[in-house]
Amino acid sequence: MKRIYVNEKWCLGCHLCEYECAFANSGMTDMVKALKGKAIHPKISVEDGGDIHFAVNCRHCTDAVCVKSCISGALSKGEDGVVRIDQNKCVGCFTCILVCPYGAIMPAPDGHAAQKCQLCTDNLCGEPNCVMHCPNRAIVFEERAEGGAQ
Amino acid sequence: MDMYIQPDYEVVRNSDRCIACRVCERQCANLVHSYDPDTGKMKADSEKCVNCHRCVCLCPTHALKIVRSDDTYKINANWSNQTINEVYRQANSGGVLLSSMGNPKEYPIFWDKMLVNASQVTNPPIDPLREPMETQVFLGKHTVKIERDERGKLKNTLPPQLKLKVPVMFSAMSYGSISYNAHESLARAAEELGTYYNTGEGGLHKDFYKYGKNTIVQVASGRFGVFRDYLENAAAIEIKMGQGAKPGIGGHLPGAKISADVSETRMIPQGVDAISPAPHHDIYSIEDLRQLVYSLKEATDYKKPVIVKIAAVHNTAAIASGIARSGADIIAIDGYRGGTGAAPTRIRDNVGIPIELALAEADQRLREEGIRDNVSIVVGGSIRSSADLLKAIALGADACYIGTAALLALGCHLCRTCHEGKCNWGIATQRPDLVKRLNPEIGYKRLVNLVTAWNHELQEMMGGMGINSVEALRGNRLMLRGVGLTDTELKILGIKYAGESL
Amino acid sequence: MKYVIIGNSAAGIAAAEGIRSADKTGEITIVSDEKYHTYGRPLISYYLLGKTDRGRMRYRPADFYQKNGVSPLFGVRAEKIDAQKKQVFLSDKRVLPYDKLLIATGSRPFLPPMEGMEGVKNKFSFMTLADALSLEKVLSRKKKVLIVGAGLIGLKCLEGIAGRVGKVSVVDMADRVLPSILDEEGAAIVRRELESKGAEFYLSDSVAKFEGDLARLKSGREIPFDILVVAAGVRPNTELVQDAGGEVARGIVTDFRGETSLKDVFAAGDCVESYDITSGRRKILALLPNAYEQGYCAGVNMAGGEAVFDRAMPLNAIGFFGSHVLTAGSYEGESILFAEGERYKKFFVKEGRLNGFILINCSERAGIYTALVRNGTPLSEVDFSLLEERPMLMAYPRAEREKMLSREV
Repeated sequence: MKRIYVNEKWCLGCHLCEYECAFANSGMTDMVKALKGKAIHPKISVEDGGDIHFAVNCRHCTDAVCVKSCISGALSKGEDGVVRIDQNKCVGCFTCILVCPYGAIMPAPDGHAAQKCQLCTDNLCGEPNCVMHCPNRAIVFEERAEGGAQ
Repeated sequence: MDMYIQPDYEVVRNSDRCIACRVCERQCANLVHSYDPDTGKMKADSEKCVNCHRCVCLCPTHALKIVRSDDTYKINANWSNQTINEVYRQANSGGVLLSSMGNPKEYPIFWDKMLVNASQVTNPPIDPLREPMETQVFLGKHTVKIERDERGKLKNTLPPQLKLKVPVMFSAMSYGSISYNAHESLARAAEELGTYYNTGEGGLHKDFYKYGKNTIVQVASGRFGVFRDYLENAAAIEIKMGQGAKPGIGGHLPGAKISADVSETRMIPQGVDAISPAPHHDIYSIEDLRQLVYSLKEATDYKKPVIVKIAAVHNTAAIASGIARSGADIIAIDGYRGGTGAAPTRIRDNVGIPIELALAEADQRLREEGIRDNVSIVVGGSIRSSADLLKAIALGADACYIGTAALLALGCHLCRTCHEGKCNWGIATQRPDLVKRLNPEIGYKRLVNLVTAWNHELQEMMGGMGINSVEALRGNRLMLRGVGLTDTELKILGIKYAGESL
Repeated sequence: MKYVIIGNSAAGIAAAEGIRSADKTGEITIVSDEKYHTYGRPLISYYLLGKTDRGRMRYRPADFYQKNGVSPLFGVRAEKIDAQKKQVFLSDKRVLPYDKLLIATGSRPFLPPMEGMEGVKNKFSFMTLADALSLEKVLSRKKKVLIVGAGLIGLKCLEGIAGRVGKVSVVDMADRVLPSILDEEGAAIVRRELESKGAEFYLSDSVAKFEGDLARLKSGREIPFDILVVAAGVRPNTELVQDAGGEVARGIVTDFRGETSLKDVFAAGDCVESYDITSGRRKILALLPNAYEQGYCAGVNMAGGEAVFDRAMPLNAIGFFGSHVLTAGSYEGESILFAEGERYKKFFVKEGRLNGFILINCSERAGIYTALVRNGTPLSEVDFSLLEERPMLMAYPRAEREKMLSREV
């Protein structure tokens, strides 16, 4: 399946991906209206440390420990390989946050459920918006052979 | 205390659009932008802004623009604001003014005063989508006598040639003046395009040896990085006598830019200024030049063409004639609008002549002397578009060098502050955090796109003229007509005025 | 191939999914004495709290059984197994033959003997949906509730009902709340939070006897109540295996593939004993993630695949009224503490490895810590000084990070 892959060599730490993610999931068509004056709760986050930067979001693990650990059945892996969360079912116990080795699941803004990257299959972007707007191709959305790096 | 100088440009933020994402702040190496936690708003310090537009381009809500300041001294046609400010600056510092990239002054641009012909009725245009249209050129000596061996077979006496699939090469830009990633972008683009990039005088990083068949290596007055492997990993060797942006002077790469990698590549100590002398200390005549040309040929087994690059100056034609007789295969002429990573402002803005005139003169002189085929002519020094390219070929060039246009493709916004080494676009810098902003994967494709687009346009225009190869366009000055030019200019350019028939 | 799964909760469902990953056609039967579609058992407190409902509590979609070719046999008990003849005897007198059997019978509430218990009218356990539904029927604003047990079940019950009753009191013999997963300071934070919602705690104390609607404590204090909830621990349902001659210790004993000492009889979930990698001891890890992993692993092996689950460890995510407690591993080794207001972090480092942690109100990216525990990553291979501050992948060497972020995982 197509996944998001990170190439930290090219990540500038500009954090645009976080804003593009928040915008993509806002359901609005105007970024200013969507984000101005608001705290954002993106599903991708950039780690910064000196000159090292990289973005982290859900890896959509083949053997997803979050799905296995979910107490409510809110997390599932679709036939397309995308790990999704049904926030309506989620009770916000945060077991998934406790088990995700990448730290890629986080509380939703209201704190009552968890949220995670669903590769923009849950909005109208088509392709992941973070990837489309990364100015330096530090994150890409592509098919890679198992175990293969690029 | 220094005289306060109002900045020329102001950063204007549309606070209705700004979402305070702070991308501008993170992306500005000049520290223009900052976030004020008290107000929750972004601030900008225009004094630090070099107008590189990095923030403008990356702002996700397009909340930024950079405008010319309307602060002004009393209007004075003689003493412009800039002129006055330069006096203040020098009175403050006592130093030579430094600039980068090409001459930005309002001198005439002759490309824009020449118009191109097209076929109508009596001679058919050619549709390049349906019929062959050759843009491939060979650079080198074209003076071949046909010789046969005892069995009557043709002997190959062809001197070494550079084969270009498109009549465009990337100008000399050294590793040091531009970044590793900029170099990689140029090298990969040259390989994909079937043309050449040029190392400049900064040596050749070992990582780029693999692009050797698309590499022109430069031998300049500082001889940086010149050794056996350097010459061997090249398709041609260029002797740099001069550069359009700063004719008559050498180069000066500040020690701060001599990183470990640059130091190794240039074969000079780390952190110490790299000085290229104004002259080659072993060249004071055409005869001396000939010695270097042949030394280099000898060193490379006569397998690689040798280029001699000069700046366009007042006696370019005579110098070109000398070079054509020195054994060089190619003459490169660089016009006064050519770019640079650093040059004294006065030199950049006042020394040299336009490439259009230098080219026309040199081509004419070599023809008159019957030695035009001894050499190919490559010109650079502000070829801005495929139209400039076409006109240069019609004036007599075999191919063109592009430098500034290539850098623009990589993201350069001509802020002309390369000499400060803080290029926000990752081009003219060695700071690792800035260098990584230019991903060669993106950069090389943009270069390939640009040159491919120009080549399409070149084919379209040639087709319109009823010409189906660059060879047939070269020196075809009847295809050009002048507008707004004086008789002297027309004479030097060797073209007729618009409206004049054959 | 005939598969029989006894138990319709996480381990049983996981086993069905594990079987289906390797065998698309074999017959699967799930037997359960409960009559409900599979539901997230820990959700019963959220149900009372109003955060979920019967529909949303489904652990798997409504068409799960049909889609996976599973025949549900609900409302019947498996009373006995014959591991030689490979048969399961059901409470409705039917006999189910199997090729591979999974015991995922879970656990049942432990009811400590308390004097006068038989005279208490409204007494409940809090394990199953049925428990929650019957408890719900008696809840009202005027009622006082006494919960015996300040462990995970007792306190989740407290959270579930606190807003629907007049008063909740909790009694526990331990000196703190959540004694199995929290240290003293951590427990104090949780206790404060619960007390701020009106709960009353009687710790280091226990019920001496019930006198109708009055609990008399050992300390002499008296608690009047209308409803009693006993949440004093659980016992694994091991009898099926034990009676068939299988090995049982604290729980059913299995290998890392999930097979018991009886051939072709597997077991998973709260009824089995796990090897806790963080303490090196075998114990019952009655945790849903553990149940799923064991069930899935057993399922794969039942279907002839090759799977091993040998990374079991304590993992608890429990929240009360918006505060969150996340814990993992065992609390052995040198402890490192960071506390600030209601935020509390404690790490336990043993033999150069992170062996366990307690996080209260700092849930952010906690799984990064869990991975260190689970993988037994030597802390010398990461920058632990960064991790102490907050979890981040930056602490890993670049090559490790590349494996995580630049490859398929």
